[in-house]
Amino acid sequence: MAKVLMKGNEAIGEAAIRAGCLNYFAYPITPQSEVAEYLVKRMPEVNGVFVQGESEVAVGYMIFGAAACGERVMTTSSSPGVSLMSEAISYIAGARCPAVFVNIMRGGPGLGGILPSQGDYFQATKGGGHGDYHMLVMAPDGVQEAVEMTMQAFPLAEKYRGPVMIMGDGMIGQMMEPVEFPEDLYVAPTNKDDWATNGMDTRKSDTKNIVKSLYLDPKVLNDHNLLLKSQYDRMKKEDVRFENYNTDGDYDALIVSYGTMSRVCKTAIDEMKAQGLEIGMVRPQTLFPFPEQAIHDAASKKGCKVVVSIEMSMGQMVEDVERVVKGKVPVQWYGQCGGEIPTPEEVIEHIKSLLNS
Amino acid sequence: MGKTFSKPEALSDAHTHYCPGCTHGIAHRLVAEVIDELGIRGRTVGIAPVGCAVMAYNYFTCDFQEAAHGRAPAMATGMKRVRPDLMVFTYQGDGDLASIGMGEIVHAANRGEKFTTIFINNAIYGMTGGQMAPTTMPGQRATTAPMGRDVEQTGMPIRMCELLSSLATPGYIERQTLLKPKYINKAKKAIKRAFEYQEAKKCFSFVELVSTCPTNWGMTPQDSLKWAEETLLPYYPLGEFKSPE
Repeated sequence: MAKVLMKGNEAIGEAAIRAGCLNYFAYPITPQSEVAEYLVKRMPEVNGVFVQGESEVAVGYMIFGAAACGERVMTTSSSPGVSLMSEAISYIAGARCPAVFVNIMRGGPGLGGILPSQGDYFQATKGGGHGDYHMLVMAPDGVQEAVEMTMQAFPLAEKYRGPVMIMGDGMIGQMMEPVEFPEDLYVAPTNKDDWATNGMDTRKSDTKNIVKSLYLDPKVLNDHNLLLKSQYDRMKKEDVRFENYNTDGDYDALIVSYGTMSRVCKTAIDEMKAQGLEIGMVRPQTLFPFPEQAIHDAASKKGCKVVVSIEMSMGQMVEDVERVVKGKVPVQWYGQCGGEIPTPEEVIEHIKSLLNS
Repeated sequence: MGKTFSKPEALSDAHTHYCPGCTHGIAHRLVAEVIDELGIRGRTVGIAPVGCAVMAYNYFTCDFQEAAHGRAPAMATGMKRVRPDLMVFTYQGDGDLASIGMGEIVHAANRGEKFTTIFINNAIYGMTGGQMAPTTMPGQRATTAPMGRDVEQTGMPIRMCELLSSLATPGYIERQTLLKPKYINKAKKAIKRAFEYQEAKKCFSFVELVSTCPTNWGMTPQDSLKWAEETLLPYYPLGEFKSPE
């Protein structure tokens, strides 16, 4: 299939349809409203469902209700909206329903701003809502990868029976790039008859299914938490994704960076290479599960003097980087916020000053 | 002589956790009878609230989802939009529906979502132990209104049927009660009409059932019935508020 030029937000909407998700619920918020504006036109063409909810709180539960029926379902939002959806995400994780959430991050806290940010790393990877749960979180670095991750998110949500989040930022949502929709990424939905509340007649069964997160017996709830944990442990074994950049040879420093920020870092690494300075990078494509071993190994390489977590946030991912480098080499943070994105020149200057100090 | 009375198929054999004298049992039974009579158990999905009926999923024999506090109408929307062939009902109390879930119920009603809501109004929070609800009567005592509801501070009780029937979108809105057999028969007729409107994909349907809570009212079941009839019914008048016809 030929490549087409698409805005990130629209490409995410189209990718959902190509993945077999014909159910979309959302509430408008900048900088992701184009997804809804695209799907309100596109869903009727494929006999799909489009509902604009009255709030992100309600949308979260529309997603829950639809997912509990075993149907593929997605919503898209941006940071303040994802805060409101976090209650539902916790319930969906507790009730073990597959659902896809897209967060096109903007600056915070509070209303913050509408420009690109990575300030929701903690929210996405450490919980966001209440209780012991995780989501599988994928972070694309461009429109093509946003398409692929969106298509992969649905089978992954079904594999783990839980919420999956795509973490983009305003840049990825708003920029236009040539994309294609790989047909081989379509995976048919799994049979959900053993748990979904799709009506007993649908599954020709006399036994009711209950979708719930309430377990008043402490032992039963503990067992339920252990079951959830086993899914997160399985994610760590089977679905960690990352990209290594310029790590084949030796390097003086290692960058850890994801999403839009990693694109800037690649430019900076190429420029430093031209100047004779070798810098490696590990780009987490999944933020949870975190590429622990890959970063530890890359940081442990002989000659690597320092690891820098470069983020469009005030030092969130750096805590995970420190955790996995385990003191092998010093770990630093560098970043900017509020829609300010470090330029390649600023990254180069920062790396050089670190190596000179 | 043949069997003349039996438990509806849509009700399970589980013992309920409801207090003696509580009207939840009657409400459950009426819903279950309607499900049986319409022959829809195999394609019905209920949604339990947070409140005393949180474990309603144990008492019905159809598929069930358990919602967060107040969010059942949003879940029902999601379900009904992706599976319009399913029969969906929410079963919610007054704290759940008229307080924390006010936004969800109003907007679901206004979109004309084709599901049915059974609203149990007993003018108090039950499960959390007798706190003031938006439907608590002026002067009525609650653990968070120990001197009685002060309307200067908390406003007047919210009448959901009146509020929802003010929406311009067509809908079926009716209030009945479970205080006496003569009312119970009318309540069942209302519930059946609500499910029939849903089956016909006609409109949003809403049946409020004025109920009792002897435990948290601090009354005997009998006194509760009397108090409800004398105090609640004048403020919460029975009848049809709106119909799609």
